[in-house]
Amino acid sequence: MKVDYIGKISEENLPAIFVPYFLESVHAGFPSPASDYIESPIDLNKHLIKNGAATFLVRAQGQSMVGSGITDQAVLIVDRSIKPSHNSIVVATIDGEFVCKRLKLKPRMCLMPENPEYPPIFINSGQELEIVGTVTAAINKF
Amino acid sequence: MAFALVDCESFYASCERIFRPDLKNVPIVVLSNNDGCVIARSTEAKKMGIAMGVPWFKVRESFLKQNGKVFSSNFTFYGDISARVMNILEGFVPRVEIYSIDEAFLDLDTLKQNYNLYDFGCHIRSLVRQWTGIPVRIGIAPNKTLSKIAINEIKRKNIPTSVIDLSNEKQIKIALQHTPVGKVWGVGRRLNDHLNNAGINTALDLANVNPQNIRKKFSVVLERTVRELRGERCLNIEDDISSKKQIVVSRSFGERVSNLETLKPIVSNFAVRAAEKLRSERQKCSQVSVFVRTSPFNKNKPQHSDLRTIGLITPTNDTRDILTAAKKGLLPIFRSGYDYAKAGIILNKFTNEHVKQHSLFKDPNDPKQNTKLMKYLDQMNSYETQIYYASQNTKKWSPMRQNMTSPKYTTNWYDLPKVN
Repeated sequence: MKVDYIGKISEENLPAIFVPYFLESVHAGFPSPASDYIESPIDLNKHLIKNGAATFLVRAQGQSMVGSGITDQAVLIVDRSIKPSHNSIVVATIDGEFVCKRLKLKPRMCLMPENPEYPPIFINSGQELEIVGTVTAAINKF
Repeated sequence: MAFALVDCESFYASCERIFRPDLKNVPIVVLSNNDGCVIARSTEAKKMGIAMGVPWFKVRESFLKQNGKVFSSNFTFYGDISARVMNILEGFVPRVEIYSIDEAFLDLDTLKQNYNLYDFGCHIRSLVRQWTGIPVRIGIAPNKTLSKIAINEIKRKNIPTSVIDLSNEKQIKIALQHTPVGKVWGVGRRLNDHLNNAGINTALDLANVNPQNIRKKFSVVLERTVRELRGERCLNIEDDISSKKQIVVSRSFGERVSNLETLKPIVSNFAVRAAEKLRSERQKCSQVSVFVRTSPFNKNKPQHSDLRTIGLITPTNDTRDILTAAKKGLLPIFRSGYDYAKAGIILNKFTNEHVKQHSLFKDPNDPKQNTKLMKYLDQMNSYETQIYYASQNTKKWSPMRQNMTSPKYTTNWYDLPKVN
C-alpha cells in the first residue's frame, strides 16, 4: 500500500469538533475519597437570607438594643414575610419613624428596648404602629 | 380560562414611600430625568389635580405650598423593587409576562380548577403588599385586553380591595360601556380620532363592530383587539423575552448647549452607551440616527430640531463604528445660534450578533471585526467606567440637573435605611 505524506496535523486544521483529551489522568487505584463529598463553598447570603424578594437590609443606630447583640451601626436583616410573634425583634414604624425593638404582646403590647437606660414604647390610642418585618440577624463589624 | 393583570399603584411614588414612613398620606410626585416633567403621582397628588407629564416648573409652587414632596427619578431603586414584585408573582404562577416595570400578566389557566380567582387575587395583593410595601391592583378577565379593562374598572369604581374578577358577560358589558375607546389597549390617539369619526366612542361600540369589517377598514391588529373585547383569546403570555427592535439613548440637558465643541462629547457619550446596550442584547444594528432639539418651552428663543440617519452596509455593534456614524449624523444637523436642550442616539435595524452577512461591496464605514476588544472593554467598564473613547466627555455623562433623588436604599451599602 502506498501512503502519501500530505502534511502535519495541527490544531488549526482539525475539524471544528474534536474529542478532547481527558484533562485528568485516570488512576488505576481508588478514586479520590472526597469526590462524592464535594459541596459548594459556604454562602453567607444563603445562610442569612431565606426569602430574597421580601428581605431588606437596614442600619441600626444607637445603643437601645445592645442587650440583644445589636450594636450601633450594625446591619440588620429584615424579612418582611415572617410574621412576628411575642418576643420577636422587629422593625416597626411609629410616628413616621423606623425603630428596631423587641415586640412584647403581653401583658400589654409594647416595643421593648434591650438596654435598661431606654424606656419601653407603649402604643397609646391615636398612635399608629405598623410592623414592617422581623429581624432575623444582625451583622456587627469589629 | 383567565388572565390576570397585576398593576402596581403609582409605582414610583409607592417606591419612594417604602423607606419613608413619614410620607404616608403625603402627596408625592416623581420627575423625569433632569427634573423636567412629572412622571408619577401618588393618589394624593392626583387629587390635587397634578396632571401626568406636566412640566414641573408649572406646578412647583402650588405643589410645594400644599406640602407635597418631590423626588428626582431613582431608577436603580425602582428597578430593584420591580424585580422583587415580579419575583413574588413568578413564585405563584408558572407563566408570567413582565410587561413593563410595574405591570405583569399572569396566566391563571395553570391553577387548579374551581379555584376562586377573586380570593386568589386578594391573596397575591396582600402578600406583595406585606413583602415589598407596594400596593397592586389585580384585574382578572378572560384575555389580556379585557384584563386591562378590568384594571380601569377598579379605578373607575374605586374598588377598595383593588381586585376584580371580570368574567361574567354582563359585568364585561357594563365595563366596556364605561370605557372610552381611546383607553382600550392598543388604541392610540390617532386611531381614537379615526374611530370617533366613525361613530365608535366606547369600548362597547368597538366590540359591536364586525371584526372582518375592522380588518378591512383598519388593521389585523385592531381586529384582534375587537375579538378580545368580545371575549375570545387572541394573545398569549409571551414569556420568552423578545429582543428589542430599537435602542434609544437620549437626555435633556440641565444647561443649554449652543456650541458644537460641547455637544460632540455629549453625543459621543450617548453613542457609547447605546453600543453597550446593543451588545448586551447580542444584536448588531445597521442604522444609526442622531437628533438634536431646542426647548419647546423657551418660546422667545429660535427653535430648531433635526434628525439624521446614517445607514451601515454591514451590521455592527462595535462602539467605534457607532461613534463614527454618530459624528457623521451630528455634523450636518447642528446649527450655531441655537440653545439645544436635548440630543440623542437611536439604533435601528437589528440583526442577531451571530448572523454574518457579507456584502458585495466593501462598506465605506468599514465595521471592525474585532469583537474581543469590545468584550474586554465591557467587562472593565461594567462596575465603573474606566476606559473612555477620546471623543467622550469624561467629566459629565450628560449635563444633568437632578438633585432631589432619594438614596439607593437597596443597592448601596452607604444608603441603607436607618433604624433607631
